[in-house]
Amino acid sequence: MDILNSTLNTITSALESKELSSKELVQFYLDRIDKYDGEIQAYNHVNENAIKQAELIDSKRTKGEKLPKFAGVPIALKDLLITGGMPTTCSSKILEGFTPPFTGTAVKHVEDAGFITLGKLSMDEFAMGSSNENAAFKKTRNPWDTEKVPGGSSGGSAAAVAAGLAPVTLGSDTGGSIRQPASLCGVIGMKPTYGRVSRFGLVAFASSLDQIGPMGKSASDLASLLSIIVRHDVQDSTSAKVEQVDYTKALTGDVKGLKLGVPKEYFQTGLAPDVKKAVDEAIKQYEKLGCELVDISLPHTDYALATYYIIATAEASSNLGRYDGVRYGRRAEADNLRDMYYKSRTEGFGDEVKRRIMLGTYVLSAGYYDAYYIKAQKVRTLIKQDFVEAFKKVDAIICPASPTTAFKAGEKTSDPIQMYLSDIYTLSLNLFGGCGLSVPCGFDSDGMPIGVQLLGNYFEEGSILNLAYAFERETNLPKIPQNLKG
Amino acid sequence: MRDLKKEDRLVSETISINDVHHIATLARLKFEETEAEKIKDDLNSILGYMEKLNELDTTNVKPTSHTLDIFTVTRPDETRPSLSNEEALANAPQAENAHFKVPKVIE
Amino acid sequence: MKYEPVIGLEVHVQMDTQSKIFCGCSNKFGSEPNTNVCPVCLGMPGVLPVLNEKVVDFTVKAGLALNCEIRERSVFARKNYFYPDLPKAYQISQYELPICENGYIDIELEDGTSKRIGITRIHIEEDAGKLMHSADSSGADLNRTGTPLMEIVSEPDIRSAEEAKAYVQKLRTILKYAEVSDCNMEEGSMRCDVNLSLRENSDAPFGTRAEIKNVNSFKSVERAAKYEEKRQAKILNDGGKVVQETRLFNADTGVTTSMRGKEDAHDYRYFPDPDLVPLVITKEYINDINEKLPELPDARKKRFIDEYSLPAYDAAFLTSEKTYADFFEKALKTHNNPKGVSNLIMSELMRQVNDKQCEINDAGCSAENLAEIVKLIDKGTISGNISKKLFEEVIATGEKPSVIVEKKGMAQNSDEGELESIVQKVIDANPDETERFRAGDKKLQGFFMGQIMRESKGKANPGVVSQLLNKLIK
Repeated sequence: MDILNSTLNTITSALESKELSSKELVQFYLDRIDKYDGEIQAYNHVNENAIKQAELIDSKRTKGEKLPKFAGVPIALKDLLITGGMPTTCSSKILEGFTPPFTGTAVKHVEDAGFITLGKLSMDEFAMGSSNENAAFKKTRNPWDTEKVPGGSSGGSAAAVAAGLAPVTLGSDTGGSIRQPASLCGVIGMKPTYGRVSRFGLVAFASSLDQIGPMGKSASDLASLLSIIVRHDVQDSTSAKVEQVDYTKALTGDVKGLKLGVPKEYFQTGLAPDVKKAVDEAIKQYEKLGCELVDISLPHTDYALATYYIIATAEASSNLGRYDGVRYGRRAEADNLRDMYYKSRTEGFGDEVKRRIMLGTYVLSAGYYDAYYIKAQKVRTLIKQDFVEAFKKVDAIICPASPTTAFKAGEKTSDPIQMYLSDIYTLSLNLFGGCGLSVPCGFDSDGMPIGVQLLGNYFEEGSILNLAYAFERETNLPKIPQNLKG
Repeated sequence: MRDLKKEDRLVSETISINDVHHIATLARLKFEETEAEKIKDDLNSILGYMEKLNELDTTNVKPTSHTLDIFTVTRPDETRPSLSNEEALANAPQAENAHFKVPKVIE
Repeated sequence: MKYEPVIGLEVHVQMDTQSKIFCGCSNKFGSEPNTNVCPVCLGMPGVLPVLNEKVVDFTVKAGLALNCEIRERSVFARKNYFYPDLPKAYQISQYELPICENGYIDIELEDGTSKRIGITRIHIEEDAGKLMHSADSSGADLNRTGTPLMEIVSEPDIRSAEEAKAYVQKLRTILKYAEVSDCNMEEGSMRCDVNLSLRENSDAPFGTRAEIKNVNSFKSVERAAKYEEKRQAKILNDGGKVVQETRLFNADTGVTTSMRGKEDAHDYRYFPDPDLVPLVITKEYINDINEKLPELPDARKKRFIDEYSLPAYDAAFLTSEKTYADFFEKALKTHNNPKGVSNLIMSELMRQVNDKQCEINDAGCSAENLAEIVKLIDKGTISGNISKKLFEEVIATGEKPSVIVEKKGMAQNSDEGELESIVQKVIDANPDETERFRAGDKKLQGFFMGQIMRESKGKANPGVVSQLLNKLIK
C-alpha cells in the first residue's frame, strides 16, 4: 500500500485487517529516517524501542486482544513534550541528557490511543525562533529545498511530516510555532484554543500563550489526532472544562453560507507577492465553495508583535530560571555556587534564548514593569477585543500564515526583528487565545509551499478543520516533495 | 507596592552597558564585553520597536493575564505517590547522601 | 537618649495539610531527604501547579480568626530569585492582591490592659527547601519545598520587645485554636521576621528599619528586638545613621548580623503567575468557613469569667492553649468546681507539663481523674495536704484516685470520737503549752495541729481537729 500518502484512517484499517503489520509500518518510517534524516535533520532522538513496541502490538492483535484505535501507528513528538524514559532536550544544551521521570498529559493520551513514538523532533531551542536555526543539535532543513529553513519553532515537526519521516507529529505554538513552519513546509498544522490541550508536560516558553497542537498531511489526520489530545486536565489549572469532541465528525465538507472574514491589516506591505496571490486564490476558492466573504478590520494588529515579545519574553525569563544545573541538565564546573549558576546558564543556553531572557528580565525589572509588562497586557486586551468583535460578524478569519515562503538558512539570523516579523500573521491569535491552522494553498515560483491561515473563535476547532477539509478536497496539492518519495 | 500610575510614561531610556550587566546578573548570565555590546544594541533596537505601544492610550483598559475567564481551580487535599529518592536524584549532575549536591555557597 | 522602638512582624506559618500546596506530595515533617518530592515540587520542565483547596480553607479561616477582610479576587504571583533550595527559581506567592487584609488582634500587656495590633495582610505562598552546608559543598533537601505557608504581616503597631513577644504568642494561640497549623516553632512551622526602627518620640516619623530574619522562638523574638533596639540606639547616639538592611539573628549568641553584601540587590520581578488562575472567594464560602470556626481565645476567656466565675488570671491562663481550655471544660463535666479544677491544673498538672515538656493530654492525669481528686477534697474524703501525694500517685500508676485513696489509706479521719482521744492525749502531754494557749496565745494553734497530725499519721481532718482543740482547751 502507499503508506506515505495514506491517512491515519486508511492506515488503521490496514492494520486492523492485518494487510499491514505495525512492525512493517514502523520499520517503513525508521528506514526513511535512516535514509533521509541525515539531510533533513528533523530527529533529535529516535526511539530505539519502537520496533519492540510495534511487535508487541502485532502479537496482541494476532491474539485478538482489544486494541485502542491507533494501536501501532507511528507518531513523532516535538522535543519539548515530556516523555518519561525518553530524552527531552528542547534542543538545548542545558537539557542535554535529561530523561524525565514522568510523561506529559497529551503524550499520555497519544500513547493510550495506541500510537508508537518514533522519536523526538528538533525545534528552535525552547521554542524560541522561526527557522529552527536556534536548535543546539539538529538544524532542521526544509524538505522542499534543503538550503532553506523549515520555519520554527516546530520546524522538526513540520519537516518530519513533509519529508515523510512520520505520518503525524505534535508541535507547540506560542506565537505561530506550528502554523508558520506548517506553511513553510507545505503541511497542515493547528494551534488549538488556549486551554484546550493540557500544558502539563509541555515545557513552558510563555505559559499564557503556549499550546500543543497536531501537524499532518490532511485535515482528517489533524481531526483524528486533535480528538485524542483535547481533554480537560486536573493537572493544568488553565485547562478549559469543556466536553471531549470527535472532530472527525465535523468534517462534512459543507461550508456553504459560512462567513469568512478577510482582515485588511493582513494584506499590506511586507507580504510576498507569490504568497498574496496564493492566499487570494484560496479566498476565491472559498467563495466558490459557498462562503460569504466579509471585509473586516483587526485594528490593533500593528501592535501585536511588540505586545507579544514583551509578554512572551517576560514569562520565558521566569520559566527558564529553573535551568540552573542543580537538579537536572547541564552543570558547568565551578568551585562555588555563583559561578556554577553563571557558567551553567551562560554556556547552556544559545544566543536567542539568552537574548529573550535578557529582554524578559528587563521588562519585569523594577521601574519598567508598568511601562512594558502592564502596558503589554493592556494592549493584549485591545487585541483580544479586536477578535471578539470580529467573531461577532464572521465564523472564521482567513489570512496568510507567513509573510514569505521559506527563506535561506542564515538569511535572517543577524537581525532579530526581521526574524520576529516571520510570525507577524500568527502571533495575534495567541494573544487572543483562539484556534488557528495553516493549510497548504500553493507554491511560489521557486516551488516552495505556501499556507493559508484560518483563524477560529474559542473552541471552534471543528469549524476551521472543516474549512480546511473542504479546501483540501478541491486543491489536492502534493504534500511530499518528489525527490523524497522513493 | 508598585506605582501603577507610572505606567503610561514614555519609554525613552536606552539600555547602557551597565544595565546589560545588571540584567544579566538578575538572570544569572554573563557576557563578555563584545557580546554585551551586541546584546545592548539588540535590546535597544527591540525596545525601540516596542515604544510603538505608547501610541495607544490604555488608561482605562484592564490588563489581560489569562485569555480565558477561568478562576478558582483547586484540587482536593490528597497525597499522591512521590518519586523515590533514586528517581528524584536520577538526573542530578551531582548527588550525595540523598541530597542534590551543589558547590559551596559563598555570599 | 531614649528612643521608641517601632516594630512590625512578618510571621510565616506552615499549614497543617496532608499534601503540599501545589502537588500531591506528603506535607509530613521529618521524612528521609528528598523522598516527599515529585516532578512538580522539584521544578522539572513541563510541570504545572494546582492549588490545594485546604490551603484556601485554612487561610480564610485564619483570616477570619484574625479579623481580616477576605478579598473576593486574589492572584498568585511569581517572586523570581535564584537559590538551590528554590527549584523553579521563583516562589509562588501573592503580591499585589493578597487573600486577606486589614485585620487585627488584641494582646494583653503586663499592666493588664490590652492593645490592638493591626494585621496588614495574610498571603499564601510556598515554602522553599532546606540546604545543609559543609566545608566545600552544600546539599539540597527539597522535602519542604511546596509546604503551604501563610505569611501574616502586622502593622508597625508594636512598641516594645515584650509586645512583640506577646503578639507572636497571641497569634500562635489563635492559629492553634483555628486548627490551621501546629505552630511548632522547634520544627520551623512558625517563623518570624522582625522589622524594627527607632524614633525619638511617639510623634516623630518612623526611622530607618532593619529586617531581622531567622527569629524562631518567642524568646528569640524578644531577645532579637531588644538587641536590635540597643544596637540602633547606639548608632543614633553616636551620631550615626541606621542602614536599611536585612540582618540575621543568631539564637546562640543573641546577636544580629548584617546580611549586606551577601546578597544581590534584589529585584524579585513579581508578576502574576500565568500557570495559576485568580482565586475568587464567594460570600457563601466565607460564611461556611465562619460557621466552622471554633470559639476563639478572647471569647472563651470572657465566657470562662462569666460562666465559671474564674478570676481573669485563671481564665487567661486556661484559654492560652486550646488544649488547656478543652481539658478544663472536660474536667468540669466530672466535677463542677471551676476554681478547684483550675487550681489543680495550674499547680500540679502544669508542673508535670513543664517537667515533661509535653502536651497537657500527655501529662499522665486525665481530665476525669483530675476532677475526681478535686471532688475527693471537696467531699472531705482527703485533705488538701494529701491531695498532692494522691496526684503524684495518679501520675505514677494511672489508677483512679478513689482506688488509690482506698488502697493507700489516704482518706482523712473525721471521726470525732477517735480524734477527741488523740487531741486529749496531746493536751495531756503538753501542760505548759495548754496553759499558754488557754491564756490566749493563739500562735500555739499550729503547734497543736502539728502534734495532732503526727499522732494521727497525717490523716486527721484539720477542720474537725481545730474545733475539738478549741472545745477541749477552755
